[in-house]
Amino acid sequence: MTPLSRIRNFSIVAHIDHGKSTLADRLIQLTGTVAERDMKDQLLDAMDIERERGITIKANTVRIDYPAKDGNTYVLNLIDTPGHVDFAYEVARSMQAVEGSLLVVDATQGVEAQTLANVYTAIDADHEIVPVLNKVDLPASDPDRVREQIEDVIGIDASEACLISAKTGVGIPDVLEAIVNKLPPPDEGDADKPLKAMLVDSKYDQYLGVIVIVRVIDGTLKKGDRIRMMKTGGTYDVDDVGVYRPAMTAVESLGPGEIGYLNASIKQVRDTRVGDTITHEKKPCETALPGFKPSVPVVFCGLFPVDANDFEDMRDAIEKLALNDASFTYEMETSAALGFGFRCGFLGLLHLEVIRDRLEREYGIELITTAPSVIYHLYTKDGERRDLHNPADMPDMTTVGHIEEPRIKATIMVPDEYLGDVLKLCQERRGLQMDLTYVGGRAMAVYDLPLNEVVFDFYDRLKSVTKGYASFDYEMIGYREDNLVKMSILVNDEPVDALAMMVHRDRAEMRGRAMCEKLKELIPRHMFKIPIQAAIGAKVIARETLSAMRKDVTAKCYGGDASRKKKLLEKQKAGKKKMRQFGKVEIPQEAFISALKMDS
Amino acid sequence: MSEDWREGGFALYVHWPFCEAKCPYCDFNSHVVANVDQDRWARALAAEIARSAALTPGRVLKSIFFGGGTPSLMKPETVETVLRAARDGWTWANDIEITLEANPRSVEAARFQGFASAGVNRVSLGVQALNDADLRRLGRLHSAAEAQVAFDTARDTFDRVSFDLIYARQNQTLADWETELRSALALAVDHMSLYQLTIEPGTAFGARHAAGGLRGLPDEDLAADMYELTQALCEAAGYPAYEVSNHARPGAESRHNLVYWHYGDYVGVGPGAHGRVTIDGRKHATEDWTAPGKWLEAAEAGSGHRSVAELDGPTQAGEYMLMGLRVCEGVDIDRLERMAPGGIAQEKLAALQDIGVLWKESTRFGVTARGRMVLNAVVTELLPDQD
Ligand SMILES: Nc1nc2c(ncn2[C@@H]2O[C@H](COP(=O)(O)OP(=O)(O)O)[C@@H](O)[C@H]2O)c(=O)[nH]1
Ligand SMILES: C[S@@+](CC[C@H](N)C(=O)[O-])C[C@H]1O[C@@H](n2cnc3c(N)ncnc32)[C@H](O)[C@@H]1O
Ligand code: SF4
Ligand SMILES: [Mg+2]
Repeated sequence: MTPLSRIRNFSIVAHIDHGKSTLADRLIQLTGTVAERDMKDQLLDAMDIERERGITIKANTVRIDYPAKDGNTYVLNLIDTPGHVDFAYEVARSMQAVEGSLLVVDATQGVEAQTLANVYTAIDADHEIVPVLNKVDLPASDPDRVREQIEDVIGIDASEACLISAKTGVGIPDVLEAIVNKLPPPDEGDADKPLKAMLVDSKYDQYLGVIVIVRVIDGTLKKGDRIRMMKTGGTYDVDDVGVYRPAMTAVESLGPGEIGYLNASIKQVRDTRVGDTITHEKKPCETALPGFKPSVPVVFCGLFPVDANDFEDMRDAIEKLALNDASFTYEMETSAALGFGFRCGFLGLLHLEVIRDRLEREYGIELITTAPSVIYHLYTKDGERRDLHNPADMPDMTTVGHIEEPRIKATIMVPDEYLGDVLKLCQERRGLQMDLTYVGGRAMAVYDLPLNEVVFDFYDRLKSVTKGYASFDYEMIGYREDNLVKMSILVNDEPVDALAMMVHRDRAEMRGRAMCEKLKELIPRHMFKIPIQAAIGAKVIARETLSAMRKDVTAKCYGGDASRKKKLLEKQKAGKKKMRQFGKVEIPQEAFISALKMDS
Repeated sequence: MSEDWREGGFALYVHWPFCEAKCPYCDFNSHVVANVDQDRWARALAAEIARSAALTPGRVLKSIFFGGGTPSLMKPETVETVLRAARDGWTWANDIEITLEANPRSVEAARFQGFASAGVNRVSLGVQALNDADLRRLGRLHSAAEAQVAFDTARDTFDRVSFDLIYARQNQTLADWETELRSALALAVDHMSLYQLTIEPGTAFGARHAAGGLRGLPDEDLAADMYELTQALCEAAGYPAYEVSNHARPGAESRHNLVYWHYGDYVGVGPGAHGRVTIDGRKHATEDWTAPGKWLEAAEAGSGHRSVAELDGPTQAGEYMLMGLRVCEGVDIDRLERMAPGGIAQEKLAALQDIGVLWKESTRFGVTARGRMVLNAVVTELLPDQD
């Protein structure tokens, strides 16, 4: 067991691409934690999707033994947390398990929106913070300016920030020394007290079942212990305890201040709760840790199998995924347009994409995704509240008193020359400006925006109007009433449920027109003309007509052509199967998503 | 056992795969070859005919068609040898139609008399356009004036003369086509084939088009306007369309092509030729080797067929609809039902009728004028689902 004074637990906070994973790799490498030949990039990003997209979805930990200049060997436990806003709540929770953070800022870019969001989370968790300026090998790096920015914007002392290149290795020894000297050891814990450990995260391993990451506060955790989860009440026999180096390495025991994993034949991630207190069944600790509220989905969409025959396979796949991702919800949904599928809830858009990718890739199911939507609060005339997850379920307006929608506080950092376009975009999306300040050549705009205006293509639009130079982060700030209506889309006079959406009344005409125009482009001509309409209740607010196909006939067809021409038409027919039959109209799958993209 | 072919009759198609030059739009099996040993080809074609005749005894031949390629490059003696083999093989109908496709150049026109003496009684001239600029763009070797002379010679020589035009060309306006079609109607004898230019993959035009070239082709709307104009002008001049692209004075329809569209039987000989032949009550599809050299060797060795496959009922029904819906009289419901019992979905017919692209009477259904213009979409709807 390591004395507390020789333990340092920390995380790394950074904006995406500022070098968090690369720095972690260097720390691991420099301390010889991994043999040189086993070194690969982004060691901690375990899942393929994480590695491919360069994002971390689950918290990972690694234990590093570091012989410091003072002659002592320290145990450094790094918790690598997801950097994306969708998982902000997860980050906040894992940060409770460590005492300090390295704040990595790309010295060529400076402070970005996620830098702010993540560092404030660390400050909220009472972390000691060591600023690290990365990428100093690049000629464009400007450490002085960025140092000043950190002090101005974040308000922490950056005079002793480490200047490093995670790529070349320059400055890494300084970072290690700073971890030892500037970050505090864990608060005191007592090895002789009853076991009290925090459940930091849990994940599913194909071979080992559920692996639980724990931070021990008091007592010791050993193989063979019978443990109890104080919130969920589950009891388990510990098969194994260990640490990540970063390969799983079994250890005798984990004592106060230490971070590691346990394996106790737990079947599903769903059986564990992040923040739960783990104790011994026989000799439990007196008080549990405060615990956390479970994270709740904020973005919803329908997922439908392209091939209706895949529905049962899809159900299996979704159930399997859900067992190991407690933050994602699902319930069966039937759509007149798309058949049987699921309405799923996610922590955010990235989370949605990750789950959809996994269903398609790992389970081989081709999916149609409907437009993402948020939860609206519908109030009846007598003030009773009902949650609306799917615009298609919107009841008759006469029964609804008022509607509230979720709002976010969005922080956008952008070079000055793009500010005008960003403000325009926020305004178009019904944003209310909360703050506008300048920090070292960059503007920071803070907006109060409706979440529903953001979930779909806001980030894409922001990237395109700023040529990728803007950074963006948000947090939920609550619900507010607005003049919201359900807009239905009618194709050939029949409402297409999967295209229904909630919109602000003032924007309905504009959105309706844009949808009808898009659909007119996306639906191929049929043998008859097709009216495409947007309507609020019975009132049509926009209309386009897709004219009938006029000519599609083979000019020459003689004795030699029969089999070849027939094959061609059969191929065409097979191609049409990929479309969704809606009444007499066939709608291509991509229309369900593309129709909603706004170009301006 | 089915003798369904009787509903369409029996014909012989002979493919001559050689041309003087390859036209940039053409995806027919045609090759430019310097020296062709015509006697050897004549013997091989005749032997193929004899073999097919042995499998189809007792048939009465309605029509013979020399297609290409450019059959007008055949020597009259070659044509004669082939026709003799056909005469020996089958009984001929009294009014047998014997057509030869001809390019309208003076060299070929010089042989017209020889073809007539050999028995040819109808020619189909590949005029394609009535102005030199467009003829050049289509890669044709003849001028408009030369075509006119060849046409006059043909009229003096044969009972029946037809010609082909290709329209919906690059940069052609509706007015341009109207003028040209009016001149064509003034020339016409009894039959015309009016094809909209089709960009075929694997041709020079296909490659240019795929690479973003060949601009100025009509869009769907202009092509539709041109087609409608064509129907109106031809109808008014007494040449109604009896098929998508074929116009004739009533009674002057091409009997040969009607065998295809009525889904009769036809023997196909020559490189790349296809046949539909019922043997012992079972309909077969034959396909010959396409490369001329390969075909010649195979034919001399005993058979030019690359493949012979029996067609099942649903396939026959599909082909019958594909072909039969091209002509005015449409298809016979009982015939379809015999080929593939339960194969036509009544609700599909009703839905197509509903939108005005299909007509249906007690024993037949066919496409309306509007349906004909979107025939591919109609047939696609009617073809049985494949799984
Ligand atoms: N030139 C240079 N590139 C770096 C440095 N550190 C990281 N990078 C590159 O920056 C990109 C993002 O790094 P990564 O560690 O994945 O960032 P993360 O998103 O914060 O984990 C990668 O292409 C790295 O190779 C550095 O010190 N110098
Ligand atoms: C086998 S070709 C004619 C034979 C003869 N060698 C000739 O070119 O005149 C039959 C007819 O099909 C038409 N044709 C060929 N290719 C075409 C295409 N790509 N688009 C439209 N019509 C075409 C032409 O009108 C041609 O006359
Ligand atoms: S269009 Fe006629 S002449 Fe031209 S290549 Fe084709 S078959 Fe030969
Ligand atoms: Mg990373």
